[in-house]
Amino acid sequence: MYAAASESIEIRKQQARRAEVVAALARVLPSNAILSRSEDTTPYECDGLSAYRQTPLVVVLPENETQVADILRICHRLKVPVVARGAGTGLSGGALPHALGVTLSLAKFNRIIRIDPRSRTAVVQCGVRNLAISDAAREFGLFYAPDPSSQIACTIGGNVAENAGGVHCLKYGLTLHNVLRIRGFTAEGDLVEFGSAGLDTPGLELMSVVVGSEGMLAVITEVTVRLLPVPKQACCIMASFGDIESAGNAVSSVIAAGLLPAGLELMDKPMTAAVEDFVHAGYDLEAAAILLCESDGTREEVEEEIARMIGVLKASGATRIEVSEDEAQRLKFWSGRKNAFPASGRISPDYMCMDSTIPRKRLAEMLLAIESMQEKYQLRCVNVFHAGDGNLHPLILFDANDPDQLHRCERFGAEILETSVRLGGTVTGEHGVGVEKLNSMCVQFSPAEREQMFAIKRAFDPEGLLNPGKVLPTLHRCAEYGKMHVHRGLLPFPELPRF
Amino acid sequence: MDNQSPALQQLADQVIRANERKTALEIRGGGTKAFYGEAACGQMLDTRSLCGISSYEPTELVITARAGTPLAELEAALSERGQCLPFEPPRFAPGGTIGGMVAAGLAGPARASVGSVRDYVLGITMLNGRGEMLTFGGQVMKNVAGYDVSRLMAGSLGVLGVICEVSLKVLPVPPVSATLAFDLGEADALKMLNSLSANPLPLNASAWYQDRLYLRFKGARAAVRSACETLGGSQLDCDATAWWESVRDHHHPFFATKSANDAPAQCLWRVSVPDTAAPIALPGEQFIEWGGAVRWWRTNASASAVRQAAAQQGGHATLFRAADKSAGVFSPLPNPLMQIHRQLKQAFDPAGIFNPGRMYPGL
Repeated sequence: MYAAASESIEIRKQQARRAEVVAALARVLPSNAILSRSEDTTPYECDGLSAYRQTPLVVVLPENETQVADILRICHRLKVPVVARGAGTGLSGGALPHALGVTLSLAKFNRIIRIDPRSRTAVVQCGVRNLAISDAAREFGLFYAPDPSSQIACTIGGNVAENAGGVHCLKYGLTLHNVLRIRGFTAEGDLVEFGSAGLDTPGLELMSVVVGSEGMLAVITEVTVRLLPVPKQACCIMASFGDIESAGNAVSSVIAAGLLPAGLELMDKPMTAAVEDFVHAGYDLEAAAILLCESDGTREEVEEEIARMIGVLKASGATRIEVSEDEAQRLKFWSGRKNAFPASGRISPDYMCMDSTIPRKRLAEMLLAIESMQEKYQLRCVNVFHAGDGNLHPLILFDANDPDQLHRCERFGAEILETSVRLGGTVTGEHGVGVEKLNSMCVQFSPAEREQMFAIKRAFDPEGLLNPGKVLPTLHRCAEYGKMHVHRGLLPFPELPRF
Repeated sequence: MDNQSPALQQLADQVIRANERKTALEIRGGGTKAFYGEAACGQMLDTRSLCGISSYEPTELVITARAGTPLAELEAALSERGQCLPFEPPRFAPGGTIGGMVAAGLAGPARASVGSVRDYVLGITMLNGRGEMLTFGGQVMKNVAGYDVSRLMAGSLGVLGVICEVSLKVLPVPPVSATLAFDLGEADALKMLNSLSANPLPLNASAWYQDRLYLRFKGARAAVRSACETLGGSQLDCDATAWWESVRDHHHPFFATKSANDAPAQCLWRVSVPDTAAPIALPGEQFIEWGGAVRWWRTNASASAVRQAAAQQGGHATLFRAADKSAGVFSPLPNPLMQIHRQLKQAFDPAGIFNPGRMYPGL
C-alpha cells in the first residue's frame, strides 16, 4: 500500500513537471515540435542498446539553431536535464532518455549546407547521415572516410559524440581526425565553435574532449568535415587461417612489415558461418579465422602493396588467399563483415556486443581467453574484430527471456572487458560508455581520474544538465560494483537497469 | 608509469607544496621553446629527471616515453626500426623533450598531410594541480572510454598539469621521398596547392618562399615516381632533406634571426587560415607552408593589422617571435570559449600554479 502511494506521488510530480516544462517550451516552439504524450515519446525510449529503456519527460524537435538555444536556455533555467539524440543507433545507451529530462532530437538538422571541392570540406548539419556526406561528395571525387557499420543510418552529430570509427580508421583515422570544426551550444545556450576551417585554433585543444564526449559537454548542431579524394583503386585480400592464433599473429606481422592497410578485419569460424548463411559471399567455411586485408590508392600503390601483403600473409601461415578481381568482388568480400551484427541476430534471439580494444600483439591471447570463457559461462560467442586497430567486437549470444542466460552473459561481458584492461587495453574502442559500460569505467580509472573527468564535465556544464548519468560512474556506484564484484562476482537484480 | 619512482615523487612533492602555498611553477623541459607563448614565471619545475623510453613496440606502432626524454633520443630509437614521428615536431635547438613537444603542440612541414601532435597522442600520465598522478588514454589506437584528456594536453602549454609520460602513435618511414620545385608567384602557387590536394597524390609537404614552390612527395616507390613524372618541375639544387629540416627547425634564412638587418620592430607572425584563403597582403616578407594553411610573416605591421588580416580569411594569428609581446601572443577567444578555458584551468589546477599566464593572461 505504502509503496503504491509513494509511486503515485512520484507520477503526479512527474506530470506536474511535464506540464511546467511543456508550457515553457511552448513559448519558443511550435506545438508540433513538442511531444509529451506517452504514445509520442515511447518511440524515443531507447537507442541501439534496447536492453535499457526509459520514456523521456518531453521530446522536442527543433528545426533551427535559435530554437536549440532557446530550448537550452529554458532547460537551464528550469534545471531540466537535456539528452541530445541523432538517429538513435548508438550501441551503449548514450541517448537513453532521462525520466525527468528533455530528449532533444536533432532529426530535423538534416541539411548539407555546402560541399567545397576546392578546400575538400563539407559543412553539414548534425543530423545528416554519415553515408549521405560521401554520397553528396562523390560527384567531386571526394568522400568522408570514417565509416561505422551503421553509416546508412547514423548521423554525423552522433559520430562526433561517440568519436565513431569504422573499418577504415586504421589508415584514415577516427572522427576526431576527420573533423575540422564543430558548432554547437553550451548547456547555458551560448553558441560555441571548436576547431576552425584552418589546421589549428588558438587556446586549448577543446575539440579533442568534445569529440567523444557523448553529449555531455555541448549540443552539436553543425560540423565541418574533411573530405578525401576517392582512391583510384581498392583491392581486398581474403586470407584463411587454420587456427585463430596464427590469424591473430598475422595481423601483427602485417603492421610490423611497415604496411598500413586501408582495412584489416578478422572473423572467427562461427561468425563466418553466420554471415555466409546471410550474404553468401563465398567465405571459406573450413577456416578457423578469416582476415580481410584491403589496400587502396593509385593503381601503382595498390599493386605494390597487395604483393607485399600477400607475402606477409603467406609467411604467417595463411592456408588460402583470394584477391578481389573487381569492385563487385571486393564489395562481396566486405558484405559479410558489414553484416556481422544482423547475421548474429539471425542465429540467436539476443546478442551482446562488446567493444574493447587491446594491443594487437595480445589478439591471439585474447581470442583464446574468450574461448575458455565460452566454456565457463556456457554461452556461445562469435568474434568479429577491427584487427588492425586491436578493436574487438565479441558478440555474446544469449536469450534475454532466460534471466539466467542474461545474467551469465553480463558476467561474460564484464570478464572480457576486465581482461582487456589487464592486457593493456580499454573497455570501449568506438561504441562509447553510455550507460552500458559505467561499471567498467570503475575498473579502468582510479577515483582521482574519474573525479578529474567529473571536473571537466563541470567546467563545460556547471549544473550537470547535459546527458547526466552517462559515461562517468559516481564514486558510490564504483564502490558498490567493487563490493559486489569481490564478494559475489554477480550483480543482484539483473533485471534492473543500473545507471 | 611507476608512481613510486623517486623522480616522480619529487615532482609531485614540488607540486603539492606549490599548491598549498599557491605559488607559481614554470614547467620546463629542455627550454628550447621558452621563446614561444607568453612570458613564463614562477619557480622552475624541471621535467628532465623523468627520463627514458618506457616501452617501444614497433609492431604496435606505439612508443611510450617519460616527459623528460630528449626528442633526439626518441627519434633515434624510432629511426633504428624504420619508424618516425610523421608530424615532424620542430626542434629549434638541441635538447628539446617529449613533454615539451606535446605541451607546445607544434608540428612541422608534413602537418597538412599527416596530422598534428594531437593526432598521434594516444595516452598520457600527468600530475594535476593537487599533485595527483592521473592516466588517460593508453597505448591502443581506438579508445573512447571517458573524455580524451590526453589529447587535450597537446598544445596546452603546461597550463593544466605536468606531463609525466606520453604514449605516441608512430608510423613506418615511407619508402621513398622526392622533392620538386616550381617557379611560381604566390597566387599561382596557392592555386596549384589547392588543386593538388584534390588528387590522390602522395603529397607530404609543401612550402613557398620568394616565388618558388617546393613540394615533397613520400610514399610507395611507384606512386612517388608517377607523381613526379606527371608534375614535372625541377629538382632542388641542394640537399632536399637538409632543406626541409631547415624549414622544420626554423634554421632556414627566413626564420633565422637576422639581428643586424632586421628592423628592431620586426616580428615573426604565424598566420593560420583555411588553405584556400586568398593571398594576404602585409608589409614584409612571407613564407607559406601546409598547403597554404600557414602563412608566416616577418613584418612590422601592427598586431591588430595582422590579426585583422587573419580574421578576414577566417583564421587567427600568433605572435611567434618578437622582442615585444605586449600585444598578446595568441588571438583572443570569444567569451563563452574563454569561460570554458577558465573553468577547465580551475578543474585541473584550482590554485593556478601551473605556467600562469603562459597561454592567456589570467589563465
